[in-house]
Amino acid sequence: MDIPTVIARIRNNFPEFSELASAQNYADELNIKVSPQDFKHTCLALHKILPSPVMMLFAQDERAGEGIFRINSVFVDFKNKEWVMVSMDIPPENPCFDSLAKSIYSASLFEREIWEMFGVEPKGHPDLRRLRLHDEVWPKGNYPLRKDFQKVEPGDLSDYKFSRVEGEGIFEVPVGPVHAGIIGPGHFRFSVAGEPIISLETRLGFSHRGVEKIFEGKSCLEAVRISECVSGDASFAHSLAFTQAAEKIFGIQIPAAAAYSRAIFLELERMYNHVNDLGGIALDAGFSFPAAYASVIKEVILQLNARLSGSRYLRKINAIGGISIGLDETKKQMLLSSLKELKRDFKELVKILYSSVSFMDRIDTTGVLRKKTAEDLGVTGLVARASGIPTDLRKYFPGVYKEAKFRMAIQESGDVLARLRVRIFEFEESCRLIEEFSGKLIKGEEIKVNAELKGGSALGYTEGWRGPVLYWLKTDTRGLVTRCKIVDPSFLNWQGLSYAVLGNIIPDFPLCNKSFDLSYSGNDL
Amino acid sequence: MIDILKNRILKGIVTRQIEPELAQEIEAVGAELRSLIQQRFGRSLHLREVDTGSCAACESEIIAANNPIYDLQRFGINFTASPRHADALLVTGPVSKNMLAALKKTYAAMPEPKFVVTCGDCALDGGSFKDSYYVEGGVKKILPVVLHIPGCPPSPLVIIKTLLAFLVA
Repeated sequence: MDIPTVIARIRNNFPEFSELASAQNYADELNIKVSPQDFKHTCLALHKILPSPVMMLFAQDERAGEGIFRINSVFVDFKNKEWVMVSMDIPPENPCFDSLAKSIYSASLFEREIWEMFGVEPKGHPDLRRLRLHDEVWPKGNYPLRKDFQKVEPGDLSDYKFSRVEGEGIFEVPVGPVHAGIIGPGHFRFSVAGEPIISLETRLGFSHRGVEKIFEGKSCLEAVRISECVSGDASFAHSLAFTQAAEKIFGIQIPAAAAYSRAIFLELERMYNHVNDLGGIALDAGFSFPAAYASVIKEVILQLNARLSGSRYLRKINAIGGISIGLDETKKQMLLSSLKELKRDFKELVKILYSSVSFMDRIDTTGVLRKKTAEDLGVTGLVARASGIPTDLRKYFPGVYKEAKFRMAIQESGDVLARLRVRIFEFEESCRLIEEFSGKLIKGEEIKVNAELKGGSALGYTEGWRGPVLYWLKTDTRGLVTRCKIVDPSFLNWQGLSYAVLGNIIPDFPLCNKSFDLSYSGNDL
Repeated sequence: MIDILKNRILKGIVTRQIEPELAQEIEAVGAELRSLIQQRFGRSLHLREVDTGSCAACESEIIAANNPIYDLQRFGINFTASPRHADALLVTGPVSKNMLAALKKTYAAMPEPKFVVTCGDCALDGGSFKDSYYVEGGVKKILPVVLHIPGCPPSPLVIIKTLLAFLVA
């Protein structure tokens, strides 16, 4: 859809609409600028006509140059393979805007984030508790993502208020942030009536490291390395989304061989994480043999990663303009022969899981996330596909996936079993894709990086193993990062978990949690 | 069941099959470690892991050290669910402000004698995040750290080797 068509469609839905400016900066990005009065209704219209959840909603502090705060809202248009970004400028004297949260649920968390990080208030938001800057340790009135933030000023501390379920026989069970297993930190507050969970409130932010602020002022080369540490088990997807954004700004076309190599590494990352989760789900159901079996497969993939790239977690591969290591003929043969063994072992693993009646009984109809709930929450990625929502960036923004005839996994039931099945399908599909891609690697093509550093902004996106990883990047004229907004799929999907566990018993929580397997660090930033 | 038995027999003990050179190294390191742990910690060393804001790669490698290939447990090193049962604390991450209280409480809950080990570059001094407004920047400012396992993330073999070198000294 080109800009006039989009505007005509918005006007159909919202007759008073008038844009201040509009531009198509890249083939896959439309930017529309509106006044603060029109912002809310424009977003509602796009939400309805595309239809798309709010994929990103974030602020920029442009007070130094333009004297305003800017709020941007990003929607995805799968049908026309493009992203639509709506922006508005807010005067700094009275920084506030009309909240979207009551009309579009997926905007809710983003608005809370804008409030705590920038002090720009979403007026009418039903819940403005802070997500990451915990009230117990961070004084009120400090907004760290404002450009003039130097250091934290003393101020009032307070306590976090959990939403309370009250009544006869209701018990509260607090868990975390330090858990029994070797996992990230998060706090879960269960309210139970007898066995079943009637409410789960997740309090996260324990891994908050101020990542977005760390990006600012860094050169893109340095920033790629930081993006690898945003969520360690999705290092490659994160660095890929970042480099894509940078490449768009600098106008770099990557060589074909690099595109195939990137796709191979992206699929390898998906494979080791999916098999890890199959093992994790089995372990949390008390089925330890396949769990050990899966951990061996995962280790084999990690060692394969190390032999291919020098890094078990696929770090230091992505560079602006391509990849820093090449896949030569010996590496290709190693990859293909390992794949053969992996496929065989994986088949055995699946057979063991499927042939255990008690295991299947445990995961069938456990932790159901219904399609309607998932849509309303704006859940993305793997979890959405298991609930019957056809969403996968590899399908709608295919690139090299097009010629490989990518097949998207989809399940309807939305339970732990459905998420298990999506993973199994995707693992096998990844094997097939890697075989396809490795056949296309052209020998001896050099990767040359002659980036002309310049200012601009762009959206980078890729389908990581959890779902879409989005990076919105803005650079100044020297090519230094001035704002980098990161959205890991976990950010929206954590909400889904709170609904999936309702009616289940607490002992099934680890099972549900593992079937989502969301990132703490990617969410907390 | 038949699949489990079949795979159990066909796979055998994977612990040394994946990479022969690697396996020998692990074995040599591990045998020494086991006898040391038996002498010094009454048969086993129990670690409690705390994540203070790591990116989860360190966790992944610590878990990998427990997989059947490295199998840290066979040398007498276990990971415990509660700090009450722990001899040592294994800390990852640059210590986010939000985790400061939890880290101190976990340490306080451990019985004496106890020691602290840090794992990964973030835990040493904050790593990539040391200049952040929300990071304490390293565990050693907060707790008495006796050993650091370097790497981003340290591989399972490095984790095992570093622990050994420390316990020998």
